[in-house]
Amino acid sequence: MSEPANGRSALPDFVLPVAIFIAALAGWEAVVRIYDIPPYLLPSPSLIGETIVKDWPLLSGSLWVTLKITFSALFLAIAGGLFLAILFSQWKWVERSFFPFAVILQVTPVIAIAPLLLVYLDAQTAVLVCAFIVAFFPILSNTVLGLASADHNLVELYELYGASRWQQLRLLRLPGALPYFLGGLKIGGGLALIGAIVAEIAAGSAGQGTGLAFRIAEAGYRLNIPRMFAALVLISVTGIAIFLFFSILSHFLLGRWHDSQRSREA
Amino acid sequence: MSVLASLRGIRKTFANGTLAVDGLDLDIAEGEFLTFLGPSGCGKSTALRMLAGLMPPTSGAIDWADKARPQIGFVFQEPTLMPWASVFDNVWLPLRLRHISRSDAAKAIGEALDLVGLGAFAKVYPRELSGGMKMRVSIARALVTRPPLLLLDEPFAALDEITRFKLNDDLLTLKSELGTTVCFVTHSVFESVYLSTRIAVFSPRPGRIVASIDIPEPMPRNEEFRLSAVYADHCRAVSAALHAAMNAPQQQEVSR
Repeated sequence: MSEPANGRSALPDFVLPVAIFIAALAGWEAVVRIYDIPPYLLPSPSLIGETIVKDWPLLSGSLWVTLKITFSALFLAIAGGLFLAILFSQWKWVERSFFPFAVILQVTPVIAIAPLLLVYLDAQTAVLVCAFIVAFFPILSNTVLGLASADHNLVELYELYGASRWQQLRLLRLPGALPYFLGGLKIGGGLALIGAIVAEIAAGSAGQGTGLAFRIAEAGYRLNIPRMFAALVLISVTGIAIFLFFSILSHFLLGRWHDSQRSREA
Repeated sequence: MSVLASLRGIRKTFANGTLAVDGLDLDIAEGEFLTFLGPSGCGKSTALRMLAGLMPPTSGAIDWADKARPQIGFVFQEPTLMPWASVFDNVWLPLRLRHISRSDAAKAIGEALDLVGLGAFAKVYPRELSGGMKMRVSIARALVTRPPLLLLDEPFAALDEITRFKLNDDLLTLKSELGTTVCFVTHSVFESVYLSTRIAVFSPRPGRIVASIDIPEPMPRNEEFRLSAVYADHCRAVSAALHAAMNAPQQQEVSR
C-alpha cells in the first residue's frame, strides 16, 4: 500500500464525519447508561431507535402526511415562484407593483399568520398554505435575481442578432438563472418542511392533525419523550433528504459548466 | 474602393450628460482593416457600438452602401460566451436566433471553428478553455454568419502578449481568407500598425478623428514585418499623431 506524500492515509472523505457522528451517539448512549438517566428525561439513542421501529405504523402514517404537505407546498412554491419571477423579469411595472406583497408575506412570521389561516381554512389547507408561504419567497427572490443577472454583453449580442423576447428568455435568461433558482430551491425545500411543522404545531388539536408535528405535541402531553425524539429524528432525516436531493440535482444540472460545482486541483 | 458606411457629424451624449463623441466624420471602405486608436474613454468603443446599432447616435447619420445596416459580427472585450453551452452551441447562437436548426447549422459551425483552429473542441465547455481559446470561440461565433462587416472591441486587451501576437496573425489570415471589412478598436499603437490598412486616431473625450493614417504595407504580414524598420517607422508616426491628439487643446465639455 502506498501512502500519499503528506503522510495521511487515503481515507474516503466521508469516513471522518461518519466516525465522529457515531462517536457522538455512542457518547450520548454512554452518558445515559452511566448516570442511569430515566427515558422520560433523556432517552438513549438505542431506545429512540427501538421506538421508531415499535411505533413505525403510527409514525410512518404521520411521516407520509408531513411529506405530502411539504412536497405539495414546495411544488406550488416552485411553480408560483418561477412563474412570478418570469413575469417580473419581463415587465418591470409588474415587479414594482407586486414585489411588496411578496415581501410582506415573507417578513410576517408564519407562526403569526397560522391562527388566522386556521380560522378561514380547514386545518390541512391552512398548513399547506403556511408551508407554501415560507418556501415561496426564497425561490421567487433568487430566481428574480438570476433572471436579472444575465451578462450584459450577451444581452447586447442577442439584440444585435435581432433575438425575440422569448428567445432571450429561453436561451439566455432562464439558463443563466438556473444556479440561482437551484440555490432558492435548497433554501425553499428546507423551509417548506419547517413551515409544515410550525403550522401543524399552531393548528394543534384543532386540526385532526396527523403529521409528525402533531405526534410530537401529542407525545409531549403524554410525556412519551422517546416518541418525541423518534418523530424529531424522522423530521431531521426528511430535511436532510430534501437538502441532499437538491444538492445532487444541482450537481447534475450544473456540473459541466458552473463554477460552484468545480473541484479545484490541489 | 467603394464605401461601405459613411458616418457624418456623429454626436453621442449619454444620459448622465457625458459627451462621448462629437463631430465624428468617417468613411469606411469596403475590404479595409480600419483601426480606431485612442486613449481609454475617448469614445472609440462608443463609435463602434453605434456602428453596430447597439446604441443610436444623439445626432448625425450613418449611411450604409446598401441603405440598410449589413449583417455584422461583433466581438467584445471579453469572450462573452454562454457558460452553460458547449463551444458548438455557442457558435450556433447567431444562426439559432434566426431559427436555423442545429443540424442545418452544423456545416457553417464546423467551418467557423476550423477557421479559428478549434475544430476539435466543439463539444468542450467554455470553462475548460484558456483565455485565448475562448476569444477564438467568440471570433468563430462572430464569423459564423459570414458577415460583410466584423467589429472587434479591444478583443485581445486581456490576453498575454504571446497569445495576442498569435491571434493578431490569425485575424489577418481570416481577414484575407474571407475578405471581410474589419473595424478594430485598440489603445495599442503596435497592434494597430501591425493589423491595419488604415488607422483612425481619436482625440480624448469627446472623441473625434484627428488623424487618418494609411499603412500601405502588403497584407500577409508576419513576424518579419513586426521586426522591420518600416514597421518601426509607422509606429513612430502613429505614436506621434496620438501624442499630438492627446496634447491638443480639448473642447469644453457641454454644460450639464
